[in-house]
Amino acid sequence: MRSRWWSVAAGALGLALVASGCGGGGRDGGESQVEVFSWWTGGGEEAGLNALIEMYEDQNPDVEFVNAAVAGGSGTNAQAVLEGRLQSQDPPDSFQGHAGAELQDYIEAGYLQPLDDFFDEQGLHEALPDQLVEQISYEGSVYSVPVNIHRSNVLWYNPSVLEEAGVDGPPETLDELIDALEAVEAETDAIPMAVGAQWTVDHLLESVLLGSLGTEAYNALWEPGADWDTPEMAEALATFEEVMAYTQEESAAEDWQEAARRVSDGEAAFNIMGDWAAGYFDELGAIPEEDYAWAASPGTEGTYMWLSDSFTLPVGAPHEEHARTWLELVASQEGQDTFNPLKGSIPAREDAEPAHYADNPYLESALAEWQSDPQLAGSFWHGVTVGNRWKNDIDTAVGLYLQNEDLDALNEALHQAAQTE
Amino acid sequence: MSQSAPDRVIAPGGGTAGTTRRGQAVKFAVLVVLAAFFLMPMYVLVVTGFKPFAEATSARAWLLPRQWSTEGWAAAWTALAPGLWNSVRMVVPAAVISAVLGSLNGYVMARWRFPGADTVFTLFLFGMFIPYQAVMIPLQQIMVSSGLMGGLFPLILAHTVYGIPICTLIFRNYYASIPHTLIEAARVDGAGLLRTYAHVVLPVSAPAFAVTLIWQFTSAWNDFLFAVFLTGPRSWPVTVQLNNVAGSMVVPYNQQMAAAVLASLPTLVIYLLLGRYFMRGLMAGALKG
Amino acid sequence: MSEPTTRPGAASGGTGPPRPTRPRHGSRGARLLTRVRSWLPSLLLVSPSILLLGLFVYGMIGWNTRLALSDQHRPIDEGSFVGLDNFVALWQEARWPAAVNNAIVFTVVFVGGALLLGWLLGLLLDKGIRGEPVFRTLFLAPMAVSFIATGVVWRWLMNPAPVERATGLNALFVQFNLDFLVNTWWTAPDFGMAAMALPAIWQLSGYVMALFLAGFRGVPEELREAARVDGCSEWGVYWHVVMPQLRPVTLSAVIIIGHMSLKVFDLIIAIAGQQIVADVPAVYMWSTVFEVRDPAKGATIASYLLVAVAVFVIPYLVWTMRKERSEGR
Repeated sequence: MRSRWWSVAAGALGLALVASGCGGGGRDGGESQVEVFSWWTGGGEEAGLNALIEMYEDQNPDVEFVNAAVAGGSGTNAQAVLEGRLQSQDPPDSFQGHAGAELQDYIEAGYLQPLDDFFDEQGLHEALPDQLVEQISYEGSVYSVPVNIHRSNVLWYNPSVLEEAGVDGPPETLDELIDALEAVEAETDAIPMAVGAQWTVDHLLESVLLGSLGTEAYNALWEPGADWDTPEMAEALATFEEVMAYTQEESAAEDWQEAARRVSDGEAAFNIMGDWAAGYFDELGAIPEEDYAWAASPGTEGTYMWLSDSFTLPVGAPHEEHARTWLELVASQEGQDTFNPLKGSIPAREDAEPAHYADNPYLESALAEWQSDPQLAGSFWHGVTVGNRWKNDIDTAVGLYLQNEDLDALNEALHQAAQTE
Repeated sequence: MSQSAPDRVIAPGGGTAGTTRRGQAVKFAVLVVLAAFFLMPMYVLVVTGFKPFAEATSARAWLLPRQWSTEGWAAAWTALAPGLWNSVRMVVPAAVISAVLGSLNGYVMARWRFPGADTVFTLFLFGMFIPYQAVMIPLQQIMVSSGLMGGLFPLILAHTVYGIPICTLIFRNYYASIPHTLIEAARVDGAGLLRTYAHVVLPVSAPAFAVTLIWQFTSAWNDFLFAVFLTGPRSWPVTVQLNNVAGSMVVPYNQQMAAAVLASLPTLVIYLLLGRYFMRGLMAGALKG
Repeated sequence: MSEPTTRPGAASGGTGPPRPTRPRHGSRGARLLTRVRSWLPSLLLVSPSILLLGLFVYGMIGWNTRLALSDQHRPIDEGSFVGLDNFVALWQEARWPAAVNNAIVFTVVFVGGALLLGWLLGLLLDKGIRGEPVFRTLFLAPMAVSFIATGVVWRWLMNPAPVERATGLNALFVQFNLDFLVNTWWTAPDFGMAAMALPAIWQLSGYVMALFLAGFRGVPEELREAARVDGCSEWGVYWHVVMPQLRPVTLSAVIIIGHMSLKVFDLIIAIAGQQIVADVPAVYMWSTVFEVRDPAKGATIASYLLVAVAVFVIPYLVWTMRKERSEGR
């Protein structure tokens, strides 16, 4: 009995030591590797990333690519992990972030290297739209390389539900939208406007603001100290409240894809969501123009409310040289035309080859619009116009509004958020 | 499934005075209803795992698949496989080391105390209760600046350290229930601290080891917070891989649920196989406050 | 295997600092030396754990407290001491009191529900019943699964859709013509968090069952028999004889579940994500530290969590220690 116990204990301890001892070989292994951090772990995003990785490894056979992708609700977990690593001075060689103000904290904290010389070298000032470069610049410098463009202000609708409700075609203004919502409610069993959890309401809000205020006034909202306490804003928020009255009551328990799916399944008439929904509809096997169709969200025709995934060069990247070759790849026309059709987005570059996008009706139309020199507005929810602090303030205000439905308090909180920035 | 006859020794089986046959039937019916409640989420997990992508939705949660598909399971396995071995390599040492330390501490605290032992014990226990978010960033900084970041070591260390309090508690309460005379006898024979431990205490420690090992195994296996912070892509354990199956934009629910089942299997199997030791350990006085 | 003690408070067993086994008649110094020799090895044996916990628990708590008392509101700022400013500021927001309220509702329902269900399960299984091992394993099994794994299922089950679109549990209610049970679950303002406790109860009532079952079976049969002889009904035996013996078990279950509940994070994130309707301090802290990047405010929330847990735990620890000492000596 006694000796058996001893041998069990000794064995277990031995096993423990062996197991912990062989746990080495992590982040800063050899010289010839490059660690790229992203939140692309599934679906088309992963496929696109893998295609890029393959190209990278072909071009740099000596460099080992370490794919440090962490998933989690549009990068929530990923951002926490990244935050920890940057604060601990243990950065990856390059990481993904939404281009624009979302990176502002990192820039101010001195975590990122400016990429102006890189932009010159690679001719990116010519390849990217001027307004885009202007909107991602911080104090005159750029800090990240945009690889794609997504559109936030898309109205998805179900043509048969609209027909049943007697609405011809997608509404072009917010007033038309309200009429259409009312018609759907009166004439059909469908949910007029499908939304999901809190963040999709933030997403809806930005499209309503853009549609109600107009592009110029919308863009002016994001200057620190901007005045949100205006009659125009009050009107925009009143419209927002009207739209919210037509949403389904179970929305908090659903995410964006369940809300979008209601449109393609004919359970809902409208949904305002970013254009990644097109890729999802594809995966579901829904047929464009039949199960679902799209238009610019009401009142925003001619404006492209954009967001962009981009890659950065952290200060102290352990393998900076390889990180630069990675950035060259994601900035190149070839890289972007390989990545984007798989990811379901369009390239940030204006010189993309439309043929790559021709067999996807949505992407084809989106690319045509992008290349026809639209007005640009940055998506606040997806980190283009506001840093995390401001964004979080808005999200909290919207969440509290969903609880207590106090529109004045919402307006006040939004105004305060702009002042404290 | 366990046929645990020995438990009957402690509790004389059914049919005591006062329990009628009808009472038994009612009890049984209530238990079956409760069992259904407990199984409900498992049913949804498994059934959804067998659905093709487009069918895996909340509206169809209760329904059997129209079309049975193993695509979810295959994809889940591919995604999880690299993490499984990492998890094993992390969980085994974390559970074993903290159990061994807990056993030594519990022995000292219960039977061979030094001045101030009670205070130290109370301070130990408080360690069970700190919110982990508060320690994440400093923990990560310590690991990076000491050059330990990279492999599984930081994660093993974290689970070991934060597991010590509960292990100590379990062992202390367990050892307190060992008849006093046994240890006293060893002492009279002149046996020292370690010899008494090895010859008297350790041989009767199996039930408490069962409880602590199961407890530690489960909590380390299921942990996500430390796992995602303290490891890198090559040492990610299975929970991080599971989270990655969720994807970032479109969630393939069939894959996610299949992966959830696969990732939980090792702990479930442990409970199935060792559940009765866990119960017996609890019954033998462990975990009593 | 040793006999289980009947007295749960018998932990100290009256050992105390061990007396030298043989009386010695040396000098005072030699006596002291002997005494030190008798406890030094045990101190050494525990010292690795003391070092580890000192660093990783108390070092971290100290670090956190210092941060909470500073105005380091961005990672790059140099913080300076501002006293309790951060602690006061939190209560002036709309979000924090709501989160605290949610945590309280959740904790009350979770602790109460898990105890009640666990106690019921223990009671049902106590006397032995056909298939007991199967039931026991089944009730214990949810403990083995993390919320990363079951969160989505619970989100589906607790879908708040109204009767005409009901899914999840609501659909089940409609199916059985129990339409009045259809409800909005955790998405209801104010008391929705009570529903959020359901999955938590599901996960931990098996553990409470195990504790109670162990407790029930630790009560000597003679005691029960004596009560029966005195004319107690079977129910009376439980109420008057068994339950009083289980007070320590109940208390330790309350403490373990209560502190888990105050720190609840995974479950909320898995089911609700970050939404104000299901906000709790731990989730608020996560977004403060990792999204807003406000170290001082995050540390302040952590301090409040720690204080809440301490209010729970310290009296319990002190009480247990005192009780043991008074019984042991």
